[in-house]
Amino acid sequence: MSYARRAAVVLWKDLLIEWRSKEQANALLFFCLLLLFLFQFALGPERDRLAAALPGLLWLGFILAGLLALGRSFLVERENDCWEALRLTPGDKSAIYLGKLLGNCVLMAAVEIILAVLFTVFYNVDLWAPAAPLALVMGLGTIGLAAVGTLFAAMTTQVRARELLFPVLLLPVQVPVLLATVSATQALLLGQPLADVAHWLKLLAGADVVYVTIGLLTFEFVLDG
Amino acid sequence: MITARELRKVYGSNCALDSVSLEVAGGECLALLGPNGAGKTTLLRILATLLRPTSGSLRVGDVDALRAPDRVRALIGMVAHGSHVYEDLTARENLRFWETLRSGDTAPARLLGALAQVELDGVADERVRTFSAGMKRRLGLARVLLGEARVLLLDEPFTGLDRRGRKWLNEFLLAFKARGGAAVVATHSFGGGLGVADRVAILGGGRLLLDRPAADLSPDALHRLYESLTDAIEGAP
Repeated sequence: MSYARRAAVVLWKDLLIEWRSKEQANALLFFCLLLLFLFQFALGPERDRLAAALPGLLWLGFILAGLLALGRSFLVERENDCWEALRLTPGDKSAIYLGKLLGNCVLMAAVEIILAVLFTVFYNVDLWAPAAPLALVMGLGTIGLAAVGTLFAAMTTQVRARELLFPVLLLPVQVPVLLATVSATQALLLGQPLADVAHWLKLLAGADVVYVTIGLLTFEFVLDG
Repeated sequence: MITARELRKVYGSNCALDSVSLEVAGGECLALLGPNGAGKTTLLRILATLLRPTSGSLRVGDVDALRAPDRVRALIGMVAHGSHVYEDLTARENLRFWETLRSGDTAPARLLGALAQVELDGVADERVRTFSAGMKRRLGLARVLLGEARVLLLDEPFTGLDRRGRKWLNEFLLAFKARGGAAVVATHSFGGGLGVADRVAILGGGRLLLDRPAADLSPDALHRLYESLTDAIEGAP
């Protein structure tokens, strides 16, 4: 039984459940809209202030939405003790982690695309010109955030204070990813070419490799508690 | 098939399981009786390798379950309090998911055959959310059927089942024993599982109070023995 097929079936299951329940999608959509309204009121109509704050706001939105999505990603496994059945499944458990990670990446990417489109509409900023390099930064940042987020969500899902513990554990570890993504996004929005942010992209790619590897190697121990 | 020696599980100052030893051979069914909090679920979770004992040893087949839990898990089928099914998937999708993870053999006829055995083939494409508790339990059993386990661990499996479901489960356990499988059925009621049990064990206060062949005990004698043993434990300081 191939490793890829095991990961794919976890991805299929998570996306199908989300598609049918829309539990996370609805919450995230309203959260994004609320966030945009709040930013709009806080910043006012001044375009200079907005331009300076935009990369930070964009990633603040992504991270807050990501925290919401990632924190809930293992709650479905608590229903009817499916977590227990996952533990009893023979074979390499890292495939389950990989499937969960891919599912979280898909969900976060969908939210990020919606949020980016809403930013262009609400704030009249042009995110289309640097769309391709921006997508690369967003993709690498999302993998980094989701890799650690998926692992920590699994670690905290059985804990009573998980809503508190999850961001407390996740955010300090995400500092390199946040620094790199915000800096690279700022440079791209100022019109700098992709080559100018190559060092940030290398940092992001490096962090992604480290985080995903740690997740794959340690998930079995996390699952077994 | 299952050999447990001096199993002990301690949570802080609370001893949930104290020096429990038992053996269940292939083709044998052990009914594990005990009141709530007796340690039945703790014992089943240890046997299933979901929980590590504080001390003691456990072998399933010829495998040391504490050293190689993953090898043991391939031999075990478990029906616990939770039915291990996803509410927003259909019955068929649930089986396809678990079988892809377990063996990769998701032939439609095989999945439908398992659903037919638990009489859920008529609702194969309905979401589990619409099922009754008994139907969810039967779907959990269909998942175990597909697993072709050699050891079955059932925690209160008769809960939520109607008379037909109970009859079906008894017949399933008889067939499982006939194939050489070993089963442990934990229950706090005398209503189910005893008819197919070869041995009866009573657990109370985390200790094994009795382990005897079922044929040696009439239902009345077992009932009296159970009450006197558990009353003594509950009345103990």
